[in-house]
Amino acid sequence: MAVHETYYEVMRKHGITRRSFLKFCSLTAAGLGLAPEFAGKIAHAMETKPRTPVIWLHGQECTCCTESFIRSGHPLAGDVILSMISLDYDDTIMAAAGHQAEEILEQTIEKYDGQYILACEGNPSLAEDGMYCMQAGRPYTEKLKHMAAHCKAIIAWGSCASWGCVQAARPNPTQAVPIHKVITDKPIIKVPGCPPIAEVMTGVIAYIVAFDRFPPLDRQGRPLMFYSQRLHDKCYRRPHFDAGQFVEKFDDEGARKGYCLYKVGCKGPTTYNACSTLEWNDGLSWPVKSGHGCLGCAEDDFWDKGSFYDAVTNLTVLGGAEANADRVGGILAGAATIGVAAHAAASVVSHMTDKNRKESSND
Amino acid sequence: MTTQVASSEHKKRFEDPVYVFEAPVRIWHWVHALSIAVLCVTGYFIANPLPALQGEASDHFLMGTFREIHFIAGYVFTIAFAVRIYWAIVGNKYARELFLPPIWQAAWWRGLGDSLKHYALFSRKSTKFMGHNPLAQISMWLFNVVLGLFLIFTGFALYGEGLGLGSWADQWFGWVIPALGGSMETKMWHLLSMWLMLVFVVIHIYMAVRADIMDRESSVSTIIGGWRMFKDDRPWRMRKDPRP
Repeated sequence: MAVHETYYEVMRKHGITRRSFLKFCSLTAAGLGLAPEFAGKIAHAMETKPRTPVIWLHGQECTCCTESFIRSGHPLAGDVILSMISLDYDDTIMAAAGHQAEEILEQTIEKYDGQYILACEGNPSLAEDGMYCMQAGRPYTEKLKHMAAHCKAIIAWGSCASWGCVQAARPNPTQAVPIHKVITDKPIIKVPGCPPIAEVMTGVIAYIVAFDRFPPLDRQGRPLMFYSQRLHDKCYRRPHFDAGQFVEKFDDEGARKGYCLYKVGCKGPTTYNACSTLEWNDGLSWPVKSGHGCLGCAEDDFWDKGSFYDAVTNLTVLGGAEANADRVGGILAGAATIGVAAHAAASVVSHMTDKNRKESSND
Repeated sequence: MTTQVASSEHKKRFEDPVYVFEAPVRIWHWVHALSIAVLCVTGYFIANPLPALQGEASDHFLMGTFREIHFIAGYVFTIAFAVRIYWAIVGNKYARELFLPPIWQAAWWRGLGDSLKHYALFSRKSTKFMGHNPLAQISMWLFNVVLGLFLIFTGFALYGEGLGLGSWADQWFGWVIPALGGSMETKMWHLLSMWLMLVFVVIHIYMAVRADIMDRESSVSTIIGGWRMFKDDRPWRMRKDPRP
């Protein structure tokens, strides 16, 4: 087997100085929440390990994951990682096109069979044999299965690949499904969000290439370091929640004072992501900071959970009408009360007629 | 099981009371009732907070207090439930009714038919059951055991979200959240279950008071004092309750 380049060598080729390289390593270690000594371990891994190629596939999606990724808040981390992976395959940002581009896939399989990472943005569709998403003359679903068969592990970028997202929202005409519904025999790490935060993406890639394994995952396959807490748990408006100070309307005094957005539908209390700590666009802002509630874009089926401005999700009651739990429950409790009153009245009537009958028969 | 006892043998106007609900069952009932009341009120205001308080955040802790009380009441509800399970094992046969309605017995189904007919006002006279009638048994089982457990599981799953991943509540109950489709769904089902519990409370209180007034049997006083009596000398259609 040919001697493969290490990450460090690739970086140096791209004109990155050793000083910058070491900065990257310590930033990555800090970003991943690792102890200081891990900076050295990451550097060592990058210097000695052969580079793991990353193939970045696009299924049914809007490319917002790539857009987020290439705007990584840390230009250093972004540049380094991007130069590492753009060498292989990412049809949005690579130089090659057409047959040249598609050849790269086969070459990668030949050269790195069972060794490359498959990063999937977007998802496959199952309806009409996958005809809704065609690439290079064949359905994406087939391409995904083919590339997955030879990969080492899969990164499911964004809510599309992780959960299904907008194209899988009801009624899901293309029968879009998340990656794990199609590929069941490879380890999959989910990095949900629409899009995921750039630093989360670079952090996940850096961890995988540095340690040659997935970071610790939660029950649903999300990396704990970024998805173990709800936005709510680290929200800077949390003191207003605990105090009972809420925005009632977007133009009220509470909104001006930056109160908690729970009552206007903020999904922070039910959404696992790192927005409230990492924020977006190099720490510039994030939805709650800009005065709007979280939409819950990193959660499964967030499109189908009712209005973005309702605090409690709606449930679909009989006939497809949507109502929230309080309304349905209130109606049930009201019906029970009326039923009880009616039953009591009927019982009294029945009791009286019974008594009258008895008395008349006694007479 | 349905031994007939001739009414002529019973000369007494009132039958001898029977000790049905032992002290732990009665205490559990009232602790349970109180915790449900507290949980419903605080839970409702957690889902639908009161109008915003003005002033500095550091001056108030309203939501925090609601949540704190809700969590404490949730612990009380759950621990009382666990103690009640223990008492079902060591207590008398009426203590077991709640968890194991004997639906495998034909007599139980006949009794259910009797109860349904009685409550549908087809038959004025209620069939006598020393414990709960089969209709009451199955409602108790559905609302207190099934719904109660569902509330405990979803409640502690949501509580585990606040305690954090890897906390005991997360380790024990965290699996409920993905199973129900997410944190949002879990919250919604937990809230809807609260309303179902209130539906039960309304019917339960009505039935208990009704039994006292209309069916001439002790009901409310039984869960206070433990003794069950029938205030008439009608014959037993079912002298012994069906039991496991």
